[in-house]
Amino acid sequence: MHIKYESQLREPLVYGDKNFHQVTEDILRPIEVKPSRLWYIGFFIAVTLLLFGVYSLYREVTYGVGQWNLNKTIGWGWDITNFVWWVGIGHAGTLISAILLLFRQGWRTGVNRAAEAMTIFAVMCAGQFPIFHMGRVWLAFFIMPYPNSRGPLWVNFNSPLLWDVFAISTYFTVSLLFWYSGLIPDLASVRDRAFTKLRKKLYGIASFGWTGSTKHWQRHESLSLVLAGLSTPLVLSVHTIVSFDFATSVIPGWHTTIFPPYFVAGAIFSGFAMVQTLMLVVRKVFGLTDYITIGHIEMMNKVIVLTGSIVGIAYLTELFMGWYSQNKYEGYTFWYSRAYLFSPYGWSYWGMMACNVLSPQIFWSKKMRRNVFVTFFMSIIVNIGMWFERFVIIVTSLYRDYLPSSWSVYYSPSIWEIGFYAGTFGLFFTCFFLFAKYFPVIAVAEIKYVLKRSGESYKTDMNTLEAQPLDKFIHDNAHAH
Amino acid sequence: MAQKKFVVGCFDNENVLFPAVKQVRTAGYKIKDVYTPFAVHGLDHALGMRETSLHTAGFIYGITGTTTAVSAISWIFTKDWPLNIGGKPHFALPAWVPIIFELTVLFAAVGMVLTFCYLCQLAPGVKKHHFHKRATDDLFVMVIECTDKTNTEDLKALLSANGAIETDVQVAEEGWWFGTYDKEDNLYNEKQLA
Repeated sequence: MHIKYESQLREPLVYGDKNFHQVTEDILRPIEVKPSRLWYIGFFIAVTLLLFGVYSLYREVTYGVGQWNLNKTIGWGWDITNFVWWVGIGHAGTLISAILLLFRQGWRTGVNRAAEAMTIFAVMCAGQFPIFHMGRVWLAFFIMPYPNSRGPLWVNFNSPLLWDVFAISTYFTVSLLFWYSGLIPDLASVRDRAFTKLRKKLYGIASFGWTGSTKHWQRHESLSLVLAGLSTPLVLSVHTIVSFDFATSVIPGWHTTIFPPYFVAGAIFSGFAMVQTLMLVVRKVFGLTDYITIGHIEMMNKVIVLTGSIVGIAYLTELFMGWYSQNKYEGYTFWYSRAYLFSPYGWSYWGMMACNVLSPQIFWSKKMRRNVFVTFFMSIIVNIGMWFERFVIIVTSLYRDYLPSSWSVYYSPSIWEIGFYAGTFGLFFTCFFLFAKYFPVIAVAEIKYVLKRSGESYKTDMNTLEAQPLDKFIHDNAHAH
Repeated sequence: MAQKKFVVGCFDNENVLFPAVKQVRTAGYKIKDVYTPFAVHGLDHALGMRETSLHTAGFIYGITGTTTAVSAISWIFTKDWPLNIGGKPHFALPAWVPIIFELTVLFAAVGMVLTFCYLCQLAPGVKKHHFHKRATDDLFVMVIECTDKTNTEDLKALLSANGAIETDVQVAEEGWWFGTYDKEDNLYNEKQLA
């Protein structure tokens, strides 16, 4: 038998006395009953925001990017800030589903499905910003390399902006495939529990005729493992390439080799904060506290304090290098435009420092890591901080360029620029509400897989095993192969 | 498509399932498949299945992506339209690494998922016979194909003796066909949901 033994010292991943059927029942129930009033209110707000975003975009497409208060000096403002922010949020989903799978972290099973969905929706939101920033968005297909009647005029394969096109589109495609291939068995469970013909038909189509055959499971496991192996370098490459958009330029404050690791750590940091925000709501609203446990929340808070501190070290390294390089432009950017509190944008730098570096240190305390309210509050703070970080990088490097006559201190976004950002929130939450209503938010089959090893009631059986003498225990439980 | 006769035995515990698989195979029956609600590790070996080669296919798709990227970009930038970018070399391999990598991953992932769907005959609109509804919920469903010589009663008795909680004989299509699941009338009992 291949049921592995797990020590009592580890916290259970599933609380309560469950069997396989109970797991199916608990997780699929919320999508089989009418949604609560809270769901309708949330969905309504999300759709309203989305519509406001669509109107803001209508203004932008009709009148041009001048609708946003971008100017010659600050050519990247809120839009690219938001782009980097959303892409970063997506990274946590892939980290949980791919990297933690390779590291064999059992706790990923509770949160991976929803985190992957979050990744897909966040990348969808992110993609809007560079596309609409092009101005003439109806010519957006020019970024694809295809034989055309304009020469053929090819795209520039040496440009980090094109690398971005490939990175983001590959990331979206691979995340979608990974997510959906994992969903198929769970959708089959929904199909087989369908109590109306329409449900049976739609989930039948969506589950691709999955039967649960052993051979199919074997291939499915192989597929998940290889996709995880592919997604792991992919996710690191995506934010690396996003950071190349800045790092390969010669703008003071951008032209640094520290950017790739610093951006990736920041992405995971903000992504985990968003996962916390969503999970804390989902586990409460859907009554899934047995599956998304305090233990899961604590694990994610540990990742937050780790990546937050990595980001903090990166900030300090940048400041140090700004002085140590003795380059006056670098020095000016880091020590005046950013770190000097009373410079025009000094507030954003210190806002970032407070949110990203100082406040997450609270999670060194176990009590705080396991406190739901503190976690929820901190998850919002971290995401505000990470938004500030991208704003700081973009705007403080741009607003005073090499030519003092074109210095532009008073950039503030227009309502349509803010509206576009609000609209992506609308898109994100509209998608997430629909996901939570129609798809299982927890990977049912994966929970069943860990249930007998890490479920609370099964772990108590281990007490008898642990009471045995060591020799007998090893003899009985060691793997035969 | 041919209708065939199958003997079905349902188990509710994988600790019972493994010895039962062994017993049934030792008795000389050929197990068609075991349908499980989740990936039961080791069951494929217990059933005598060979390892899947899906990952090899993934590797081949990956290097196809690499080759596509390298050859396409180098042809475009050195032959078709050599673009002078600050006097730098036309064949700028280091600058192409990101796109080469992305296409490798893209080809491998898309190719593998399509191959997976092809091998398992999975696609929207595909329908197969399901031997037991609870195979996607909490039962491990062992299916044995009957030959002319099979005594179904003996086999059912063997399954029950080895811990099957339910046994029956079904005549069913073996392959897949296009169809929707709502044509079956046996919807989930609403009382079970309430």
